[in-house]
Amino acid sequence: MSNWIDIAALEEVPQRGARLVKTPHGCVAIFRTAGDEVFALDNACPHKNGPLADGIVHGKAVTCPLHNWVISLETGAAQGADKGQVATYPAKVTGGRILLDADFLQQRAVA
Amino acid sequence: MTQKLVVIGAGMASGRVLEHLFEGNADFDVTLFNAEERGNYNRIMLSPVLSGEKTYEDIVTHDADWYEANNVTCHFGTHVTAIDRQAKTVTSTKGTTSYDKLLIATGSAPFIIPVQGKDLPGVITYRDLDDTNAMIQAAETGGKAVVIGGGLLGLEAAAGLAERGMEVTVLHLMGHLMERQLDEAAGFLLRRDLEKRGITVKCRASTAAILGTDKVEGVLLEDNEGLEADLVVMAVGIRPETRLATDAGLEVARGIEVGAQLQTSDPDIFAVGECVEFDGQLFGLVAPLYDQAKVLAHSLMETPAVFTPKELSTKLKVTGCDLFSAGDFASGEGREDIVFRDPARGVYRRLVIEDDCVIGAVMYGDTSDSNWFFGLIRDKTDIADMRDTLIFGPAYQGGAPSDPLLAVAALPRDAEICGCNGICKGQIEDAIAAGATDIEALRSQTKASASCGTCTGLVEQVLSVTLGDDFVLPTAQPVCGCTDMTHEDLRRMIKSQELKSLPAVWQACDWKTPCGCHVCRPALNFYLLADWPLDYEDDPQSRFVNERKHANIQKDGTFSVVPRMWGGITTPDELRAIADAAEKYAVPTVKVTGGQRIDLLGVKNEDLPAIWHDLNQAGMVSGHAYSKGLRTVKTCVGSDHCRFGTQDSTGLGIQLEKALWGSWTPHKLKLAVSGCPRNCAEATCKDIGIVCVDSGYQISIGGAAGMDVRETSLLCQVATEAEVMDVVKAVTQSYRENARYLDRIYKWMDKVGLDWIQAQIADLDTRAALVARFDLSQTIYRKDPWAQQVVKSAPYIPLANLTLEAAE
Repeated sequence: MSNWIDIAALEEVPQRGARLVKTPHGCVAIFRTAGDEVFALDNACPHKNGPLADGIVHGKAVTCPLHNWVISLETGAAQGADKGQVATYPAKVTGGRILLDADFLQQRAVA
Repeated sequence: MTQKLVVIGAGMASGRVLEHLFEGNADFDVTLFNAEERGNYNRIMLSPVLSGEKTYEDIVTHDADWYEANNVTCHFGTHVTAIDRQAKTVTSTKGTTSYDKLLIATGSAPFIIPVQGKDLPGVITYRDLDDTNAMIQAAETGGKAVVIGGGLLGLEAAAGLAERGMEVTVLHLMGHLMERQLDEAAGFLLRRDLEKRGITVKCRASTAAILGTDKVEGVLLEDNEGLEADLVVMAVGIRPETRLATDAGLEVARGIEVGAQLQTSDPDIFAVGECVEFDGQLFGLVAPLYDQAKVLAHSLMETPAVFTPKELSTKLKVTGCDLFSAGDFASGEGREDIVFRDPARGVYRRLVIEDDCVIGAVMYGDTSDSNWFFGLIRDKTDIADMRDTLIFGPAYQGGAPSDPLLAVAALPRDAEICGCNGICKGQIEDAIAAGATDIEALRSQTKASASCGTCTGLVEQVLSVTLGDDFVLPTAQPVCGCTDMTHEDLRRMIKSQELKSLPAVWQACDWKTPCGCHVCRPALNFYLLADWPLDYEDDPQSRFVNERKHANIQKDGTFSVVPRMWGGITTPDELRAIADAAEKYAVPTVKVTGGQRIDLLGVKNEDLPAIWHDLNQAGMVSGHAYSKGLRTVKTCVGSDHCRFGTQDSTGLGIQLEKALWGSWTPHKLKLAVSGCPRNCAEATCKDIGIVCVDSGYQISIGGAAGMDVRETSLLCQVATEAEVMDVVKAVTQSYRENARYLDRIYKWMDKVGLDWIQAQIADLDTRAALVARFDLSQTIYRKDPWAQQVVKSAPYIPLANLTLEAAE
């Protein structure tokens, strides 16, 4: 069973942008697309740990600001010829609020 | 029964008639007379022979073997003096020859303006190989040439002579060059290109006399101006050569009158080529002559066809001058113009529209889409639906592919590829299928691109499309995978279609992705804010993180912070504030930069607004050390302290930095001002460098000291600081408006040419307009981003902190 916790209003994250959420085990980046979908991923590129939240968001992908790896927001997988995987977490928007699954974030510590 | 066919004149038209006859196995015994001492060659290619790009051997169409193989009795260098229609004979210097059918193909004679001195040695016309050789010979000793006539032939002669090292002046009676094919604007561009090759052009110049005693020595104009000349080329026009026909009593108007079967008023006598007149029209270009030849061959073989004049187009065969004109391009009631200009690239396009059809087109500089426009004219296509983007060519119509190869692939089989020879794509494809797999084989089998040769590229593209991988042609590089357009296309669309937002661009330019990517978005964001400073709202989400967070991201995700130090000048108070900030925020590294600034490296994301606030309090603003925009103006101490300093280089540097800071440019922009030619500020490897001298300021641009190392090129020298300010602003604005995103000034300069930039700056009106546009943009963008960001610090701090909750 999911344990959704309210993080912030959707407007707090710019369209085609991202903000960070601090967790005991590092930062999670919350992305908002042009179509107002939200995605939660580890804020570290599989390449050189670049801060994905600082990248350019396009479609349902983000480009890492350090070396332009493109990461799918839906799957966390590196696109194109690059190989790598970023952890993704359940996130949703309900009533204009961004919700994350606290259980999932907890499991992160164990995983 | 074999008939006797006598042909007078061995030019391109009669040559083509003979080819058709022999291909059709027609039963004729052919006797061919030619006043020139040779057979049929490709007269259109005389210009490349003159310029040295080809030799006579390259342009021979029918050699001795060909005549022999087809059993043609040749009398070259033999003038026909009379036709006896009763006896059905022709009289020549070699005697009398009888005919069953006679073909007159005497072509045209150059028009000689009736002025004093026209018969002097050294005055030549430009019609045949002998003329061409005479010009080549005259050019061997160099000297000065005057070409009378600024039409197609005259200009090709002028370019060829200039290529061979002569000092050439073109005299043209009308207000602009090639007035029958070009409008004034295209004529201007052509003139400019010719002048770049050192050719002097005088329009509205009427020749009064040709001067000289034993040989030509000069030309006198109506306004009494005298020009020295060792060679005078008369290329003012041609008239049909009709003497024989007139003497024989055939009906002759301006040319020999023929019907739709190319028959003259005598049923056994035919005429073809430049000597004929059909329906009041004369013909000078090769395409209709070839059409005539085909019809005439059919008439002789008694399978009559009908000649109908078609829409014509013109191209100039001067390497480097790309022009195209077709149809009727005079302005008039009910006619509308669509005009496109790209002065940076010297491109001009004009379409004349009447009743939703294109009836005329003039193109200069980029004629790559000319076939498509010509098709619209010829087919009278209704263009109402594509009118908005029509001028950009086929690539912008209804999602049609802009890859030239795909565009060629999409052409129907009956699309004309070679205008001279009337060869369609289907014929070329068939020839390729039959084994003609290179351009030479295609030429010999289909004649496509075998006449004027300007469609060679197109024929190669058909080859490439048909053959696939074996034939690779370079194509323009699109911006990224989201679009087929190049940066240049995009800038053009944004300006001409007044696209003022990202979605407007994506829509109008048929973006393949919903919101672009990390490659195109920053470029588009820049183009939009540079072109529409008042209308477009900067989109931080389309900027690289450095420009979004106003700091340079480092490999560990921390940032570097560089406060601005105007002209590299600082104070003890500023230094104290920087030292305090470095301690307060535990900055691990403090470094002096190459641009005379202090860099605080390793600042954490969430500390950025606070450290900026502290530096702001000490009077410092963002140094934009991260931006595609003005970075630094480096200076030396100049006349304030230095015993060599000629001017106040520090003061000027500070003024420049205060005027330019905050402006966004295609790539980073670094300046320096040195107080004397010893150049301690290293101004000559900057994007814009100023070196002070006793008499003023040398402004040079296009330096680099990165992956490429380049010395600047002198843009101009000015006397006052005020002029320096204007020139620097103007050149910066021109760079902002015209360069491709991520091109430094030196790359931009390589594309548009220093000449072009100099011309913009030298023209005081253009300079002032550029300065005004720069100043306008600065009213929006010359703001301290630190002060703005401090008040909205949200992006820098976490959205939520779950560390406590999770611990519970």
